[in-house]
Amino acid sequence: MSFNIPDDRQYMESHEYAARDGDTVRVGISDFAQDELGDVVFVELPDVGDEVTHDEAFGVVESIKAVSDLYAPVSGEVTAVNENLFDAPELVNDDPYGDGWMLEISLSDESELDELLSADEYDAQVA
Amino acid sequence: MNGDAPDGDDGGDASADGFHFDQARWSDGDRHEPLSSEKRTTEAEYDDSPLPDDLTRDELELPKLEEPDLVRHYTRLSEMNYGIDSGPYPLGSCTMKYNPAFTEDVAADPNGLVHPDRPVAGVQGTLSVLYSLQDYLARIGGMDAVTLQPPAGAAGEFTGVLVADAYHEHNGGDRSEIIVPESAHGTNFASAALAGFDVVSLPGGEDGRVDLEALEEALSEDTALLMLTNPNTLGLFERDIEQIADMVHDAGGLLYYDGANLNALLGRGRPGDMGFDVMHYNVHKTFATPHGGGGPGAGPVGVVDELAEFLPDPQVVEAPDASPLKYEFETPERSIGKVHGKYGNWLVLAKAYAYIARLGNDGLNDASAKAVLNANYLASQVEYDVPYGPFHHEFVASAGDQDAADVAKRMLDYGVHPPTTKWPEIVSEALMTEPTEIEGKRTLDQLARAFNAVASEDDETLAAAPERTTAARIDQTEAARDLRLSWRALDD
Repeated sequence: MSFNIPDDRQYMESHEYAARDGDTVRVGISDFAQDELGDVVFVELPDVGDEVTHDEAFGVVESIKAVSDLYAPVSGEVTAVNENLFDAPELVNDDPYGDGWMLEISLSDESELDELLSADEYDAQVA
Repeated sequence: MNGDAPDGDDGGDASADGFHFDQARWSDGDRHEPLSSEKRTTEAEYDDSPLPDDLTRDELELPKLEEPDLVRHYTRLSEMNYGIDSGPYPLGSCTMKYNPAFTEDVAADPNGLVHPDRPVAGVQGTLSVLYSLQDYLARIGGMDAVTLQPPAGAAGEFTGVLVADAYHEHNGGDRSEIIVPESAHGTNFASAALAGFDVVSLPGGEDGRVDLEALEEALSEDTALLMLTNPNTLGLFERDIEQIADMVHDAGGLLYYDGANLNALLGRGRPGDMGFDVMHYNVHKTFATPHGGGGPGAGPVGVVDELAEFLPDPQVVEAPDASPLKYEFETPERSIGKVHGKYGNWLVLAKAYAYIARLGNDGLNDASAKAVLNANYLASQVEYDVPYGPFHHEFVASAGDQDAADVAKRMLDYGVHPPTTKWPEIVSEALMTEPTEIEGKRTLDQLARAFNAVASEDDETLAAAPERTTAARIDQTEAARDLRLSWRALDD
């Protein structure tokens, strides 16, 4: 099966994506991750204003099959949270790169982005 | 209202070698057996309550039913359910056993109905039973002291971890980690985390057992405890257990035995002799008491001498010679305190005591022999592949190309409860099966026929199952997304 891995963003080995727009990084999980998890039933996210740390857990995604930690691709303050997911967690399955986004983080250390995978590198990992 | 006659065509040919199953369907319109309050109600009026107005109602709707209607209501509900009284229930690791009825007689004995605050002199008989049970369990587990206080297996785990923590603290150790094999029962991770420890997950070896190299890597001066169940969740005996114990002890840690699988070892091997320092007993799995999750249970904890002074308060001990009493309570010197009100769930413990006393040494030996024999016989009759062995009281088959959850749903159509599914994850599409010592050959054969009938069916049939049960397949996703945890939510 082939998965949608857009090359306008970067990825973590733990299947989160980071889409940079200026000083803001939007975070969600990849198409591969949502497919592996199956129907997502619950998403737990931090509050706006919380600090998250590169490579550390910031939340939890729960599907009918598994409960998984979510890891932050970069460190920084949470500037937005997709509250739609609380009532409609299925958005993570339906549109992981669009309406199923999870967090926006204000970028604090640009060098952390260098540690993330490119779309090609991530594609090689999940292939 | 009537019992709908099941349509013989809509369940496919869900019969295996003559066995055929249809679950009762009592319904009224599109609703299953209505609540008794929905049938006929009467209004009661009270207007002279001494309670404040904001705490009282003037009117109350109460069901008004003739006694036979009420009896039939609950009988119908039970007919629409499936339990150990209906047929086999081979849930691996959860160990669903039929409990012999004589244990209920023992618990119902009026002499057992004592108030926990009665003076010690007036409850010597009760204390005698508790003392003997502590002794029985200590001897069965190879432990030196036992507390009966924890009210369930998971509570026992938590208690055991607290006792181990108190031991380390007293001995100057500041140990923050508990090592748990990946394939361990989920409660192990939870108990360790609840007690404030960091959980170190130990990857399994290729043979499904503890990988000694991985253990060596995981052990450190931060290791407080290694939690193991033996036989493990694949039913495999940890052959290197003595070496494992030495490695943990050399690192200054303690070894915890999760007693969930003790029914495989009864009378044949003792955790204490293998080097374990602390353990819990699942009296509902190994002996005969109700499961703790749905009501009062019991999860006694045994420890070696070095840990006895940290056990919960109180212990039942023999009174000094000078005392007119035979038994009394004692607070262990460095007790972690109470983990349950009073002395534990006494009537549950009485059932465990009755079962052990009735079976005796030979009977307990026989129970573990049959638990292992039954699992091995059933596995030999099942066509699904069982990748790991030799196993003891339970085995984990693989549903192969089939979806284990669908296999489970379809097995319901054959009048048996399915095994635990999709766990442990080391086996793909796992069917974790534990028939227990209670079943005879005829029932094991019925189970095997159900497994094998489903093994030969196509995905489409499986995906449509179950069709012969009262409730059809539920929408798991919607049920999880739109949680309704009370009947009150039905109106939403």
